[in-house]
Amino acid sequence: MSIEAASLSKDYEYGFHDIDVSVFKTEKGLTEEVVRAISAHKNEPLWMLEYRLKALQHFRDRPMPTWGADLSGIDFDNIYYYIKPVDEQKRSWDDVPDSIKQTFDRLGIPQAERKFLAGVSAQYDSEVVYHSIREDLAKQGVFFSDCDSGLREHEELFRSYFGTIIPSNDNKFAALNSAVWSGGSFVYVPKGVRVEIPLQAYFRINSDNMGQFERTLIIAEEGSYVHYIEGCTAPNYSSDSLHSAVVEIVAHPGAHVRYTTIQNWSNNVYNLVTKRAMVYAHARMEWIDGNLGSKVTMKYPSIYLMGEGAHGEVLSAAFAGTGQHQDAGAKAIHVAPHTTSNIVSRSISKGSGRTSYRGHIKVHPKAFDVHINVRCDALLLDTESRSDTYPYMDVENPDVTIGHEASVSKVGEEQLFYMTSRGLSEEEATALIVNGFFEPFVKELPMEYAVELNRLLTASMEGSVG
Amino acid sequence: MPRSEGLTVKNLRVTTAGKEILSGVDLSVPAGEVHALMGPNGSGKSTLAHTLMGHPAYTITSGSIHFAGQDITHLRADQRARLGIFLSFQYPVAVPGVTVVNFLRAAMRSQGKELPAREFMKALTAEMEKLKIDPAFRSRYLNDGFSGGEKKRCEILQMAMLKPRLAILDETDSGLDVDALRIVADGVSQLRNPDMGVLVITHYYRILEQLQPDYVHILHAGKIVASGEAELARTIEKSGYEPILGPEAASPEALPV
Repeated sequence: MSIEAASLSKDYEYGFHDIDVSVFKTEKGLTEEVVRAISAHKNEPLWMLEYRLKALQHFRDRPMPTWGADLSGIDFDNIYYYIKPVDEQKRSWDDVPDSIKQTFDRLGIPQAERKFLAGVSAQYDSEVVYHSIREDLAKQGVFFSDCDSGLREHEELFRSYFGTIIPSNDNKFAALNSAVWSGGSFVYVPKGVRVEIPLQAYFRINSDNMGQFERTLIIAEEGSYVHYIEGCTAPNYSSDSLHSAVVEIVAHPGAHVRYTTIQNWSNNVYNLVTKRAMVYAHARMEWIDGNLGSKVTMKYPSIYLMGEGAHGEVLSAAFAGTGQHQDAGAKAIHVAPHTTSNIVSRSISKGSGRTSYRGHIKVHPKAFDVHINVRCDALLLDTESRSDTYPYMDVENPDVTIGHEASVSKVGEEQLFYMTSRGLSEEEATALIVNGFFEPFVKELPMEYAVELNRLLTASMEGSVG
Repeated sequence: MPRSEGLTVKNLRVTTAGKEILSGVDLSVPAGEVHALMGPNGSGKSTLAHTLMGHPAYTITSGSIHFAGQDITHLRADQRARLGIFLSFQYPVAVPGVTVVNFLRAAMRSQGKELPAREFMKALTAEMEKLKIDPAFRSRYLNDGFSGGEKKRCEILQMAMLKPRLAILDETDSGLDVDALRIVADGVSQLRNPDMGVLVITHYYRILEQLQPDYVHILHAGKIVASGEAELARTIEKSGYEPILGPEAASPEALPV
């Protein structure tokens, strides 16, 4: 797999948008009435409405965070908080309206479905419009649905986990999501069950000024395994959109959960996401997190190592082109002894693009024999681009081994001369370097996603040299 | 007319960082011949090598470079490479993340020399064997963590795969022990053919003994001050540059070791 310089394309590939087919839309702006309307429209139980309203209060009480990227461009009053594109969830592909189907066709979703034959759920604005579950998954007792159905169909189970990993008052944007959440995925894997094929969901924002607030809850029971993949695209609109998701994961003892994201929002989206996993004894959590798109991303997948022998990994890659700021990183909170974490971050900046690595390592007083490894490497493609590292460490037990390595490198004149002296053009040489730099990340992706990532990188790299 | 097929440099003047390094170099390397370029440190040998390959940091202020009947004075490095010019670097640059195999395939593709995957791997394996390079290097990142000798052998490996029409070896022999030097020299000897010119830049007679140059040129203060047959290199090996350049050139660091 390599970036073919010849196929570089100028336009944001997913920059098409369909005729608005929404059937239900709340008013612009965030009010208690909007929250009530969302909840009523979904026929939610009272506790969820109350939860939402309380979260709305937290959201209002909280100041805008100023410690990270510039969020001053967000206008909360100029956003639609809920849009439902079709009146009910479709069970079969044939029932999906043609305009939406065309969108999916262009995103390659039917192909993905054919390839994986697993559950595919696609989020179109706020609701999941197409969703299928392979029968044997259901036979194994695996639930894979949108989050609203999860609440409807498995209320007790849902309620016992929802909001327990990321409380609604965790941060301003988690509070916002908790108030207006819609869609997202609900995954439950019973004890000892291995879901061999990745579960996939596609999200995209279609309407102008649309906020998207999906909510994902994954519960992996003891000794189970699941790999969940989301990919995100949004068409180009002139005004800015907001995406603020919350992802909660519980890995019970001995479970293994991998969560893969390829984020390619168009360059006017504020992408502010809270992701957190609770990892119990001898369980393993892996966040594989790629950020290519968006105007601003703030996302720090977190791992709480709660039980002895728990292990967490965060492997992230970020690309920031002109006008983009990828403020990404990881958090590893070691609560229990004999826990290990490994954080690897790779970022590339181009033009006026800016990448930041922001990491938080915390070791509780009772967590001894802890091993932590952090490695972040940044690559700058020109003199305008910028990269910063903000590592925070908070270690309260002396029996800890921490390795921390960081590097910033530039694609240098000598490197390019060496490569061009073998016949490669500067564009081809840069593409090879970029591909190579992301290779540790790409090799963790399923083939289809690796191909897609390289294709997206190719588009992003357009005009990066000369 | 074999001379027009090779390299012809006329009255080449080159500056870098505002300083003139080459002050009117004339040189011809016809296809099929091996020429050696010697000279004290700082005489401009590496500048000439980089200028012939098209390094953007070196500015040609006058004169011309012709190759294969074309004026290449103002061509970029990749354009020169596609015409068949190859530079074996004195200090090969590491490219982390790009494996030897991927780099070679990309380079061959860019020069229109792409081979089907199986043929490519076969050729690569054979060349690596000749150069005594461990097969594991195929998937190592290019020059990343290579020892000095490994880097030089990897340069010759690239040369063997790319089959240039002009090979410039910039101190490929320096820093090599006797065995490594023989492997590299054998590698170059095997690649010699009537269609390829070779310009060997060196401080040492050792490699010339094995490569048997047709001509030897001495570069001093940015000019070719002497040219002759292989005999000239032997004189320098024995008596240093003093008999040719005069006493002011015979400072200790200017002497071949």
